[in-house]
Amino acid sequence: MRMLALALLFAAAPAFAQSNVPQAELAWKQLPDPAREAEARALMEELRCLVCQGQSIADSDAEMAGDMRALVRERIAAGEDAGTVRAWLIERYGDYVSYDPPISSASAPLWIAPLVLLLVGAVIAARSFRRRRG
Amino acid sequence: MRRWLLWLPLVAFVALAAVAVHGLYRPNDLTVRSRLVGKPLPDFALPPLIEGRPGVSQADFATGAPRLLNIFASWCVPCIAEAPHLLRLKAAGVPIDAVAIRDTAPAVRDFLARHGDPYARIGDDPRSAVQFALGSSGVPETFVIDGQGRIAMQHVGPINEADVPRILQALEDAR
Amino acid sequence: MIAEAGLAALWLAAAMALMQLVLAALGLRMGRGVLPDAPGSDRADGAGETAAQLIAGVRPVAIVQGVLAALSFVLLIWVFVVSDMSVQLVAANSHSAKPMVYKIAGAWGNHEGSMLLWVTVLALAGGAIAVLEKRLNVATLVATLGAQAAIALGFYAFLLFSSNPFTRLDPPAAEGQGLNPLLQDPGLAFHPPTLYFGYVGLSVAFSFAVGALVTRDVGPAFARAMRPWVLAAWVFLTIGITAGSYWAYYELGWGGWWFWDPVENASLMPWLAATALLHSVTVLATRDGLRAWTIMLAVVAFSMSMIGTFLVRSGILTSVHAFAVDPTRGSFILALLILYIGGALLLFGLRIGLVKQGSTFELVSREGGLVLNNLLLSVILGIVLIGTLYPIVAQAMGTQLSVGPPFFNKTTAPIALALFAAMAAGPLVRWRRDNAQALLGRLTVPIAVAALAMAAVFVFAPDAGVLPILGLGLSFGIAVASVAPLWKRDLRRTPLFTFGMVTAHLGIAVSMAGMASESAFTVERLVAVRPGQITQVGPFSVRFDGLRPAVGANWSAIEARLTVTRGDGAPLVLRPQSRFFSAPSTVTSEAAIATLFDGQLYTVLGASDEGGRWQLRLWWKPWVTLIWFGGGLIALGGALSLVGRVRRERRQPAAREAWQTAAA
Repeated sequence: MRMLALALLFAAAPAFAQSNVPQAELAWKQLPDPAREAEARALMEELRCLVCQGQSIADSDAEMAGDMRALVRERIAAGEDAGTVRAWLIERYGDYVSYDPPISSASAPLWIAPLVLLLVGAVIAARSFRRRRG
Repeated sequence: MRRWLLWLPLVAFVALAAVAVHGLYRPNDLTVRSRLVGKPLPDFALPPLIEGRPGVSQADFATGAPRLLNIFASWCVPCIAEAPHLLRLKAAGVPIDAVAIRDTAPAVRDFLARHGDPYARIGDDPRSAVQFALGSSGVPETFVIDGQGRIAMQHVGPINEADVPRILQALEDAR
Repeated sequence: MIAEAGLAALWLAAAMALMQLVLAALGLRMGRGVLPDAPGSDRADGAGETAAQLIAGVRPVAIVQGVLAALSFVLLIWVFVVSDMSVQLVAANSHSAKPMVYKIAGAWGNHEGSMLLWVTVLALAGGAIAVLEKRLNVATLVATLGAQAAIALGFYAFLLFSSNPFTRLDPPAAEGQGLNPLLQDPGLAFHPPTLYFGYVGLSVAFSFAVGALVTRDVGPAFARAMRPWVLAAWVFLTIGITAGSYWAYYELGWGGWWFWDPVENASLMPWLAATALLHSVTVLATRDGLRAWTIMLAVVAFSMSMIGTFLVRSGILTSVHAFAVDPTRGSFILALLILYIGGALLLFGLRIGLVKQGSTFELVSREGGLVLNNLLLSVILGIVLIGTLYPIVAQAMGTQLSVGPPFFNKTTAPIALALFAAMAAGPLVRWRRDNAQALLGRLTVPIAVAALAMAAVFVFAPDAGVLPILGLGLSFGIAVASVAPLWKRDLRRTPLFTFGMVTAHLGIAVSMAGMASESAFTVERLVAVRPGQITQVGPFSVRFDGLRPAVGANWSAIEARLTVTRGDGAPLVLRPQSRFFSAPSTVTSEAAIATLFDGQLYTVLGASDEGGRWQLRLWWKPWVTLIWFGGGLIALGGALSLVGRVRRERRQPAAREAWQTAAA
């Protein structure tokens, strides 16, 4: 089903409108410092491409994603840390821009859910053991 | 096992079904809006793109009268659709400035010659920097900026016939 | 005429399903209390006799239903084979100039045809149960076939009232529209049926669960009847996920193999539930424990496959694998989902308290290990389900947010590691009761191997990150532990299903090693080069020789020629392409991948810049192939188990020839 989906995507979805302006160099060029590049890379993988269907900017061909990659690399190369860049973008686009939902009243249930599930599961399992032994 | 525990799966399923029904009949609004609406325009200054037309900067806005800031591109197809409505807004006396995204001077000149030219200023934004600074997520988008230089409203997507009165009203309110 | 015959067969099949449901329901109702449950109980008063007669009809009707549905599907394939352009579906999805294999695959490469395939497999499965299942208590079998008929009826109604595949076109089309070469891909032709087989297998397990709830007869016989269907479904789902992951990997062009995308999660959730079910059904079959839990999992597994279908078809979530979505179809699937799953859970709440408690066991025992397995799998399933749907919940609360790889990795990876550790220990624990210290003794070697491997990785690659180091180390330990059940055993007398388990567990270790290695050791190089320039990526030097045009059926491309050398080895040539499709205008990147024994070199051609340089994206992914090789091993293990189980069941004489008693 997924394959059909992908093929349909290529066959039917409108192409990203392409401009004739070459991409910013940092859209596809790594930073010389591997530590900085790794930091930028981690952030790019977490940022949502705003004009795509559910892709991060790290793996999108859209030009806007390329521009955002350039922005992330430029700022991190200039000495900002990934957290500041992320906060700057969230200030403008809201939590939607991050695939790693920042903790807020809206996302709290999501982050608590795994713990609750583990707890409930453990209680059910433990109670069945105890009862079984008796 | 306590009795109520047996009904837990059904309760969980009802919650799940409610989410599914909600998702199906109240589809998500997928437009991503800027969080800067209601806040001051961020500081920016864009150079001119075509000769004889000034660039755009933040300083051009807090002038006491509201203005429109239109994000567009000559390669953007919906921008063609909104062009006549921008001309109508201009005819109604609305000052309109523009940010051209990833564009070239010849292409913009050609676009304006074909589809009309409503713009007082056009800033050149080759790397979408101002677009990101504004929290805009595509082209075309239009911001209503009030006389104090604050973002009063964001319109996502092309302006159509029905949007014109809404935008005029927002400009009126921003006065 | 053929299309009309196909439609008639479909109507008749639906009528048979209705009859099957009515016969089963009436028979069970009238036979309440008098139905012979075991051979020799011949309390045949009047009501019992009628009930027995009604019930005797269920099995032949199920067989006829399967034959009719299959006939209808064969006739659909027939109209595609002869390219009958007076059938709307053929005109819209096929073309007379298509290669034959794609004409045939075209029959299910669309909504209507795929639903018909679904219901055909479902009906054939019902027929197969009717023919093959001899050991299950009659009443439970009849209730199972009744549930099966109820599920099928929903899909027949869907087909006949809103998605008729045999609708005629008047006047007939001159030619079909389905000659899009993009859609002619062997993966595309066979991936959807693979998933459908998996889903149908789970629906059979669901029917068994409902049958057992109706008769309150939850025990080893029921578990043994259900197990082959769960195993088969699980094998198909494993193949589907593995193939889908590889396909996305080479098609999307950024080297990723799993994106935690809603459509991917939709295929993962039924697999997680089926994996849990597979293990709990073993406890029920072997030790008569975990009765309620197994029933619950069977219901959950089928509901996950329906929820998956719903998520994909309704398009309520944005996915990179965008699909031709249709809200009406979404509503229909949702209605069926609520009817079946809601009904089953209601039945569960009402009935499960009346099912007798199964056997008991100690905490440290094989059963205890399987409970841990079920607990952790269910928690992962819950996290994936909640994470996938949470954007809708957040929207209802008035916020937009995105849940993606960082969330899923952080929350599921630690639980998955614990699960894999439990998996290593599980097969080495005795049934019923074991000694914790003796168990630890049996685990000494795997634990030592895991610790050594972790230390080695840490020494040679201290930057690999915590999870990859843990993952790599564990995968070695698990590999050793998973073959340990064969230690000191006479391999010729070891049952086939033990080999199956060993193979599948080994597959998990192999796949996990691939994932950990990919995330720890991938080398990325993004460069812009002129012809003749050489780039280093990992142990390779890649020379960009130049470009040449290439042309396909509906695309033209720029093709780069890359010469790759590793040390003194013979050079390899890779040709990544940038393809331009004209209608509609699209650019896609076709990656060129060199598969070596120890990993893959993944190359993509990007755009050119002002200076006449071309962008290249190069990744060296050591051992990445293990991810899918492990997936293949898991599926193979499942298949071995299936064959082993079926053969053993065949060899044992049927414990009860209950059917004959009831029919007599």
